[in-house]
Amino acid sequence: MLIIRNLRAGIGDKEILKGIDLEVKPGEVHAIMGPNGSGKSTLAQVLAGRDFYEVTGGEVIYEGHDLLELDPEERAAEGIFLAFQYPVEIPGVSNMYFLRAALNNIRKRSGVEELDAVDFLELVKERMTALDMPEGLLNRAVNVGFSGGEKKRNEIFQLAVLEPKLAILDETDSGLDIDALRLVANGVNSLRSPKRSFVVVTHYQRLLNYIVPDFVHVMSNGRIVKSGDKTLALELEQKGYAELDELAVSELVR
Amino acid sequence: MIELREDQDVYLTHFADRGQRTAAEPEWLRDLRRSAMDRFAALGFPTTHNEDWKYTNVSGIARLAARPAPAATLTRKELERLPFANLGCGVRLVFLNGRFSPKLSAAKRLPAGVNAASLASVLENGSAPLENHLARYAGFEENAFVALNTALFEDGALIEIAKGTVVEEPIHLVFVSVGGAEPWVAHPRNLILAGRGSQAAVIETYVASGEGVHFTNAVTEIVAAEGAVTEHYKLQHEGAQAFHVGTIQGLQERSSSLTSHNVGFGAALARNDVNVVLDGEGAECMLNGLYATTGKQHVDNHSTLDHAKPNCNSRELYKGILDGQGTGVFNGKIIVHKDAQKTNALQSNKNLLLSADAMINTKPQLEIFADDVRCTHGATVGQLDKDALFYMQTRGIPREAARDLLTYAFAGELFDRMNWAPARERLEQELYRKLSQGRKP
Repeated sequence: MLIIRNLRAGIGDKEILKGIDLEVKPGEVHAIMGPNGSGKSTLAQVLAGRDFYEVTGGEVIYEGHDLLELDPEERAAEGIFLAFQYPVEIPGVSNMYFLRAALNNIRKRSGVEELDAVDFLELVKERMTALDMPEGLLNRAVNVGFSGGEKKRNEIFQLAVLEPKLAILDETDSGLDIDALRLVANGVNSLRSPKRSFVVVTHYQRLLNYIVPDFVHVMSNGRIVKSGDKTLALELEQKGYAELDELAVSELVR
Repeated sequence: MIELREDQDVYLTHFADRGQRTAAEPEWLRDLRRSAMDRFAALGFPTTHNEDWKYTNVSGIARLAARPAPAATLTRKELERLPFANLGCGVRLVFLNGRFSPKLSAAKRLPAGVNAASLASVLENGSAPLENHLARYAGFEENAFVALNTALFEDGALIEIAKGTVVEEPIHLVFVSVGGAEPWVAHPRNLILAGRGSQAAVIETYVASGEGVHFTNAVTEIVAAEGAVTEHYKLQHEGAQAFHVGTIQGLQERSSSLTSHNVGFGAALARNDVNVVLDGEGAECMLNGLYATTGKQHVDNHSTLDHAKPNCNSRELYKGILDGQGTGVFNGKIIVHKDAQKTNALQSNKNLLLSADAMINTKPQLEIFADDVRCTHGATVGQLDKDALFYMQTRGIPREAARDLLTYAFAGELFDRMNWAPARERLEQELYRKLSQGRKP
């Protein structure tokens, strides 16, 4: 589904991603862990098409095509979804209007018939119930005045409505208390399927107790320095990230 | 004897040419026109040295050598196609090149307590309500364009709402400039008299059919009597070569409420002034403004809120969307007289610049002579939120649609304040259309 080879990217002269290799197959859940500043969020943003990062090398192949050629909205239409670490507030645009515009643009690009207001509302209500979202959120402006937890739940709600093939969750657990974390994780788990893959970017192991990954990768200083199964996350939790710098150096030497 | 500059000669000739028609008018109007013409001659067209015209150069209007607006025709089909021409109002008065068109209008079945008629026909059939009100509010001593309109107006609308009358649908006035080969000028003149305790809305639309160089110089006077609730819309959207100067002058009596929606989608040059005197205790005034420019359009909004009596509230919100090489001006004056204690005046001007070449000049102007008042003002100039654009794109919304949606959302606050839904809906469509036109190379 997704093959990243030697991906390099940065801002201006500052290189942030220094050669990332990663392969994600359909249905897999990959966790990407690492300390602040290791480049996890940059990787997520580059995959979604954020244009202030310049890709300086390597390639990203998604479903057999060059992903980096596409605009963010084309990536969305191809089934890529980024749940933001800091969801953006859009005053004056209702959640309902926004989501319907999003869904219908994606459907239009994929050659699927657009949903009318009635069918859309039905779909949305069904997904809201599944995620235990308060209905009032629909008519409010996108993320405006939402609590931190509501914003994160709103991201997962969007994910549930847009049904992407590859969902990238960028620090979705940050700022959530344990109840909100459980709700968000349950939402994600209910969306797992053999055809849908997840890349879960997180600083802490805690989220991975709820969303159990197939693979765990550790990033440091712009590279994936270690990969393993879910036990790697537990190991990191015990030892901390401090040893990683040594690890990064030893990898380089090797 | 005042020596006239050449650009004023044109209008003196217009005045002389209508001599016979003036002679047939009542004496008070003859005198009024004469003194207005004298005043125009003395003032001349303003230059950018005049503080009120600092950012708006009207030499293009002064040099126009326009003739009086020629008679024009328009089919009903052509009319309905124009933006803001059809807003679903049962009473609609249509004016072509400033002259009333009975054929295109629907003004026969007026609700009880409502009079809506062409000013010219009112003048022909006895001018009683006019004499007491016309030109009593829109002073021409300091404003050459109001002077010119007063001296030369031919037609417009008189709207009277009787005491206690509640009118459900707005009364719609549509002024269509029909393109022509030679430059011309029209001076529409409207008088809106809202009786005690009445509730009514009036919409003025200024649009163009076909391209052409024309100059619309409009004046509207509004009187909201005690306890009246009056809503006024001005929707202005003329051709790329057109000039538009308009003054709305309101007077509010005790406990009245006046809401003005002033929408300027422009011409080559448009100047839309709204001035209101809060002349009775407990009056409330809300001024809403939206202006949008593309290409090389210039739009200037001046407003004056004149708090003459105590315990009045005014709220002013103007928003500008400036694209291309468009330029905008906002100047909001608030005057609080010495005995207008407990005045509460809030002013806000927000601008969105969609291109690097667009420009806005914004200026609050507060003249406060009372000590127990609350007056606030603020102005912002910004661009579209890049994070929001990216966020929307990642959800599949194309960049241009995201841009339009954010721009629309910026203006939405003003649409929300409009009570007449068809006006809101047409404005939404026209704003999207204007934004997409602005993107064309």
